[in-house]
Amino acid sequence: MVLTEDRTKKPPTRTVRRLGRPDRAARSRGGQRFLLIGLVLASVYSLFPVWWLIVAATKDRTGLYQSNGLWFSGMHLWDNLHQLFTYDDGIFLRWTANSLLYAGVGSLGGTLVALATGYGLARFDFPGRQLVFACVVGSFLIPIALLTLPLYLMFSEIGLVDTPWAMLIPCLINPFSVYLAKVYTESTIPFELLEAARIDGAGELRIFFSIVLRMMTTGGATVFLLAFVNTWNAFFLPLTVLRGEENWTLNLGLYNWSGKRLESGVDLTSLVLTGALMSIIPMAIMMVAMRRYWRTGVTLGALK
Amino acid sequence: MIRSLRWKGAAFTVPFQLGFVFLYLLPIGYAVYQSLYTEQSSGLGLGGSTETFSGLDNYQQGLTDSAFMGSVLRVVLFACVQIPVMLLISLILALLLDAVTARAAGGFRILLLVPYMIPGVVAALVWINLYSPEVGPLTPLGESLGFDWNFFAPSMVWPSIGNLLTWHGIGYNMVIIYAALQAVPRELFEAARLDGASERRIALSIKIPHVRGALVLTGMLSIIQMLQIFNEPALFRNVTPQTVNDSFTPIMIIYNQAFNAGNYHYAAALSVLLALILGVASFLFYRLTSREAD
Repeated sequence: MVLTEDRTKKPPTRTVRRLGRPDRAARSRGGQRFLLIGLVLASVYSLFPVWWLIVAATKDRTGLYQSNGLWFSGMHLWDNLHQLFTYDDGIFLRWTANSLLYAGVGSLGGTLVALATGYGLARFDFPGRQLVFACVVGSFLIPIALLTLPLYLMFSEIGLVDTPWAMLIPCLINPFSVYLAKVYTESTIPFELLEAARIDGAGELRIFFSIVLRMMTTGGATVFLLAFVNTWNAFFLPLTVLRGEENWTLNLGLYNWSGKRLESGVDLTSLVLTGALMSIIPMAIMMVAMRRYWRTGVTLGALK
Repeated sequence: MIRSLRWKGAAFTVPFQLGFVFLYLLPIGYAVYQSLYTEQSSGLGLGGSTETFSGLDNYQQGLTDSAFMGSVLRVVLFACVQIPVMLLISLILALLLDAVTARAAGGFRILLLVPYMIPGVVAALVWINLYSPEVGPLTPLGESLGFDWNFFAPSMVWPSIGNLLTWHGIGYNMVIIYAALQAVPRELFEAARLDGASERRIALSIKIPHVRGALVLTGMLSIIQMLQIFNEPALFRNVTPQTVNDSFTPIMIIYNQAFNAGNYHYAAALSVLLALILGVASFLFYRLTSREAD
């Protein structure tokens, strides 16, 4: 219909302009439906494991093993939660607290270090600046094993292995955070502002703490968020440096529980699944609450 | 810049520099140093052991260690299949998002990013249970469709891990590619449409060339991660130790050499070797992709 109309009307240049819009809309409406089907299928693929996990966390053992995995069968979520939080004297809560401590405090410290470094690199021209930046970028290529194993040996020499410090100290130095902080400084802190503050007699430390940090809230929040996610997800480092289960992270604890079945015949599948669901929640809250920041963070960090 | 100001600026980077020396340079130096020594038990093994300098012996042993080189090859082959598949899906999804209305794009972007919000270890645990013949829904689904699939069988372990990684990674990669697409000036598409180009043609000839940079970057990050894959195979090993042995990936071998065999020196040499392999792989990938651009 639209096409024939398009052909019959003259002069063509004007009709293209006037009819161009409805014509394209009509053509793309059919196309849109096709595109939407693709996106819906991809969303189903993305979401069904999460759905399954939620359903599984509401089932008791028989339900888990015998009923259809994608639909509910009885409501045992509270029993599962009770069991999860009381198993082994409430060790799961301990792991949650540890994960929050490492990710929260470690990322906070790491973010401060990164912001100062990024600011120094972006707004000052000192000898060795290029070298520091080269170290930052070069370290992206260093495999974790190359750092973690000698770090373990060094930490065990000074008695840090199996203490929270073994997790917290490595979090303070995060080259990717420094890289992001530098990019953010370049886009948010104008040279003129710093000049003006200096002419007004403000010291460099004062400028950093009361002007730069305040203007970098968005950038800082992004750096913090990404570092938090990284530490929360960490597995190889805690596996290496944390031995006793009272210092473990959630990831380590769940890993250990899921291995118990073959190791000692204790089937903790139900606990593992409920625990897995619980361990997503802090992360989901963080990500949703700070959505604005991490969107820009993920893409900015990648594109610059 | 005034001299004193320069040094004050440098001072801001001092905490990082100190930390970098202690947490990066020193450990690397220590690893290299250790890799040049071997531990030898003296006498009948009663008098403890002594460290002796052995030059590049550990490296020679590593390069001829069929378990280690086999694991590198295994991971590289896997990367050659999984990464292109994942990036292709991410690219298609980014193109789809770019083509639908802004409102739909916003909603779907959040849905498709849900897997990225799930910690890698948890994602692996969830998929392992989905694959599990006892608890998972996939085995009964296969039976009802007439398939008798076992996701933990030796031939299926890599596809199973690949699907897990793809599921976990497409959202993140899609967002990066999508952001690159958004940066392409819209007038280009308008002009092409006026010239009569189809949407498919626009996608192939304008959009994809413009997101090359993003694809190279995501590809590079994926390669770096893949060569160091550890978490997923380690978790699979928990449930199926007979198919995922303890030398399945390079990092698993390094970990076992260090902590189960107690052979730090050899583990150190292997981790230096892995770093070199990583460097070469990234360099080759970068050269390969940037040459194509010319």
